[in-house]
Amino acid sequence: MLKTREDLKAFRALCQKAVKAEPRKILVCAGTGCIAGGSLDVYAKLKEVMAAKGLNCSVQMEVEAGIPDVALKKSGCQGFCDMGTLLRIEPQGWIYTKVKPADCEEIIEKTILKGEHIGRLAYHHEGRACKCAAEIPFYAKQTRVTMARCGEIDANYIEEYIAAGGYEALEKALFEMDSDRIIREITESNLRGRGGGGFQTGKKWSQVARQKETVRYVVCNGDEGDPGAFMDCGVMEGIPHQMLEGMIIAGYATGASEGYIYVRAEYPRAVERLRGAIAQAEAKGLLGDNILGSGFSFRLRINRGAGAFVCGEGSALTASIEGKRGMPRVKPPRTVEQGLFGKPTVLNNVETFAAVPLIIEKGAQWYRSIGTETSPGTKAFSLTGNIRNTGMIEVPMGTPLKEVIFGVGGGMREGATFKAVQIGGPSGACLTNDHMDLPLDFDSLKKVGAMIGSGGLVVLDENTCMVEVARFFMNFTQKESCGKCAPCREGTRRMLEILERIVAGEGRDGDLEMLEELADTITATALCGLGKTAASPVISTIRSFRSEYEAHIYEKRCPAGSCQKLKRITIDPELCKGCSKCAKVCPVGAISGKVKEPFVIDGNTCIKCGACLTTCPFQAIKEA
Amino acid sequence: MTETVETQVLDRIITAHGQKPSAVIAILQDIQEHYRYLPAGVFPYLAKALKISQSGIYSVATFYENFSLLPKGKYVFKICDGTACHVRKSIPILERLRAELDLSEEKPTTDDLTFTVETVSCLGACGLAPVLTVNDKVYPAMTPDKASELLNSLKEELKNA
Ligand SMILES: Cc1cc2nc3c(=O)[nH]c(=O)nc-3n(C[C@H](O)[C@H](O)[C@H](O)COP(=O)(O)O)c2cc1C
Ligand code: SF4
Ligand code: FES
Repeated sequence: MLKTREDLKAFRALCQKAVKAEPRKILVCAGTGCIAGGSLDVYAKLKEVMAAKGLNCSVQMEVEAGIPDVALKKSGCQGFCDMGTLLRIEPQGWIYTKVKPADCEEIIEKTILKGEHIGRLAYHHEGRACKCAAEIPFYAKQTRVTMARCGEIDANYIEEYIAAGGYEALEKALFEMDSDRIIREITESNLRGRGGGGFQTGKKWSQVARQKETVRYVVCNGDEGDPGAFMDCGVMEGIPHQMLEGMIIAGYATGASEGYIYVRAEYPRAVERLRGAIAQAEAKGLLGDNILGSGFSFRLRINRGAGAFVCGEGSALTASIEGKRGMPRVKPPRTVEQGLFGKPTVLNNVETFAAVPLIIEKGAQWYRSIGTETSPGTKAFSLTGNIRNTGMIEVPMGTPLKEVIFGVGGGMREGATFKAVQIGGPSGACLTNDHMDLPLDFDSLKKVGAMIGSGGLVVLDENTCMVEVARFFMNFTQKESCGKCAPCREGTRRMLEILERIVAGEGRDGDLEMLEELADTITATALCGLGKTAASPVISTIRSFRSEYEAHIYEKRCPAGSCQKLKRITIDPELCKGCSKCAKVCPVGAISGKVKEPFVIDGNTCIKCGACLTTCPFQAIKEA
Repeated sequence: MTETVETQVLDRIITAHGQKPSAVIAILQDIQEHYRYLPAGVFPYLAKALKISQSGIYSVATFYENFSLLPKGKYVFKICDGTACHVRKSIPILERLRAELDLSEEKPTTDDLTFTVETVSCLGACGLAPVLTVNDKVYPAMTPDKASELLNSLKEELKNA
């Protein structure tokens, strides 16, 4: 138990000494992605091999233990998910990719015992093996600030975070700053909410601090509802203490003594790591009564979501913590005035809280030196879809789209051509080749009718049908509409019906105008952000890909060749030998003909199941 | 109502979260973890313990997607249909599993309560899309064929058990 600031300083010195004393380290990526790919098997195998070789391997840093031969650690997401299982070898800083349990023997034998690099396990760029992060374009082109420690320390132990300078900002806040000073620093840094809205965090905090009511709450929004974004998951799993530290500072600055973290149900590992982190912080006296003897007390609880996207909205989220149906309510009163249990509440996103300790430690000036004038700092994105380098990245706000896609992302996958990138999930929009120079920041995106959202970037290639993308999001939003207000409840249903008809080849003249009209009405009259932005994916695709909609409606054709119902399956009479195999497999009897003469498919009966395609021994059947 | 609930189980869960109405979601989550669904007998018992109406608890349970009032299978397949998985072709995987088990959106669980097939929006492993989970173990980079293989191996496992 650390009772004073001096205790913490002394403990940090011990932790740093212990970390320094570790002669060699293997950090196995234990983010959700790498674990899915089997990283825990690699971890177990490494441990087994080291034991067999009589190496003294530590799996948990302990300040007073002896010096191990090798420290084996489970880190948070190292970011390069596509290349998992990832290993980081210290002190060299080497990165091994696609590691399998079968590689472990060699890693210990060569790298750990002899200090040799294994070229085969390195990432290769243009035929050359890249040893360290600085040589790998995916890493070299990023600016890791908020996420700097993610993947570099063991995510499970507070000692590691403290050794890396963790909780220094809390010390500074508690003993060198008062509430006003902290809020002023955050305001001057112009930190804007990373949950999508971009609201100024300092302003929010000062509004809460000003309330007459003295019972206040701090709430962290870890609902990460955008289906295709996982940066908040990365923070919660990889640097849970950094987020907790931000929340404790927020509590101190706004006079709150209790906080809640609302985590998406689909992130069981994030819940587990946060629970562990809270327990360790309590045991060390960094959470609880009279933190470090400062007189300030703060407690944190975790609430798990239960599968409702709308609970990411502030008032729905607080209702859910209260044990109610997660439905948004009319504002005002706003969350800063009457939030959780009717009390003034600071509600911020995971990444927002994780940025706070850095700003307190290094100052507002420093933070504003990164990013743009109106959107300072960095933003984490998850880069997915048909791009070469998928993973979790961090770049300065204002980085042009092309640098993210073709720089960090390494461009398209083999053989694919860029068509669009979806940003902002179900509230977002599609950006195209015309937007390659667009700086990714709150205001530039708003100007083109998009939004940064939570930071999900899904890259689409030429085989993706944009009408289907619009239908996909509308289907999502319609299912997730809480049903409280009619424009959203009914409007999204009507829009979905129209989109479903269009992709099924039953689009009609006037559908596009109807979609646009419904979009205007829903956007103008829905109660909460879910409804207000529901039409955005449709409107943005109509704007950029109108001809694709028109081809579906008027020509009953899907230019991307993806809509099943619009596919046409035909038999090439030149290639058909009349063997009749296809007619036998057709489940609906759509194929007919005389043996040894070309067969034909009746397009009206055909259900486009594709059974005949694979059956034809002469590749005479074609799909278009 | 034929389902009986074990009151010791419920009491333990209620005590762990505190006997207060605001804990109802956390309590329902733990109950569901125990039974793999919410047996009907839970509602009157919780209503009394937490001093809220049965209909109030029922309205919470039906609002959230994750609560199920019907029993689920021993193995629950969740096919991710988040954006990243969708664009990397998650639907054919879903269709394959449903076809092999004779299931649909309306009928997600087999009659013998062995398998449940449902969708989920994003599991946070988008970098390895398309993914699915079976009882929370994540399987990356799936294809319809790999899904069939997985299903068959689970069937084998059952036979040998
Ligand atoms: C339908 C809907 C879903 C949302 N989902 C999230 C979410 O998953 N995570 C998040 O941080 N904010 C989400 N938000 C935004 C929050 O309402 C809120 O603005 C944000 O958490 C505030 O934190 P920030 O200022 O740090 O961004 C959502 C908003 C709406 C309307
Ligand atoms: S806009 Fe949609 S989600 Fe929001 S309150 Fe209305 S019905 Fe509910
Ligand atoms: S979209 Fe499937 S894991 Fe994220």
